Amino acid sequence: MVISSDLNEARRLEERLLQEVARFGYEEADTFAIKLALEEGLVNAIKHGNRYDRKKTIRVTHTIDDHRAVFTIADEGKGFCPAAVPDPTSDENLERPCGRGLMLIRAFMDDVSYNEEGNEVRLVKRKS
Amino acid sequence: MAKAKPKFKVSETDGVTVITLADQRILDELSISAIGNELAERVAQAPVPKMVIDFRNVTNMSSSALGMLITLHKRIREANGQLRLCNIQPTIEEVFKITRLNEIFQIYKSQDDAVDSIE
Repeated sequence: MVISSDLNEARRLEERLLQEVARFGYEEADTFAIKLALEEGLVNAIKHGNRYDRKKTIRVTHTIDDHRAVFTIADEGKGFCPAAVPDPTSDENLERPCGRGLMLIRAFMDDVSYNEEGNEVRLVKRKS
Repeated sequence: MAKAKPKFKVSETDGVTVITLADQRILDELSISAIGNELAERVAQAPVPKMVIDFRNVTNMSSSALGMLITLHKRIREANGQLRLCNIQPTIEEVFKITRLNEIFQIYKSQDDAVDSIE
């Protein structure tokens, strides 16, 4: 699926993906985790990846079954190095208003990985 | 893009402004920004802001919402005011714990406890 760099389009896509997740009877906690990770991942792609450029698109794939839900979110940005993102829980960063999205994704999903370029994230949630 | 409308109820109890967030999902960047701006205006208008934010209706919250709360907290602290959060559901509480923000915010089980804690 391909959407433009638009938060409202992202919201609609998220709803569709969550409907798909619901069809497989994932528990509330799993659904919460997926919802949060999709939200953060899509916002990151639009905001930091494509920098709200509507000419640029976001590509999303999903594979959902009775065992796990796998999503990829790719933007057209230059990519980034996840390891270089400051730890938002260190004392000096604790009161910074941004930089927690990646951390929440990692905390709530079972597996999070990036392509070499750093402009595509793969999110995996195993069904509880 | 349609302008998002802030969605929360406001009441006053013992000189404390109580904000009850109405939406289940505090995810949308535009709504968060609008809520943040409106709350910041209220803080700016009060000589010594005293605010409780009630999360009883909130089941989903994004990192942008956390950022908005941090900014609001800073503004209130700079004005020598006090901010309390209450009625946070377990899943959202987990978000606060993972990000260590439970160490920054004063979080109470009930609205009454939160209001009573403000001097």
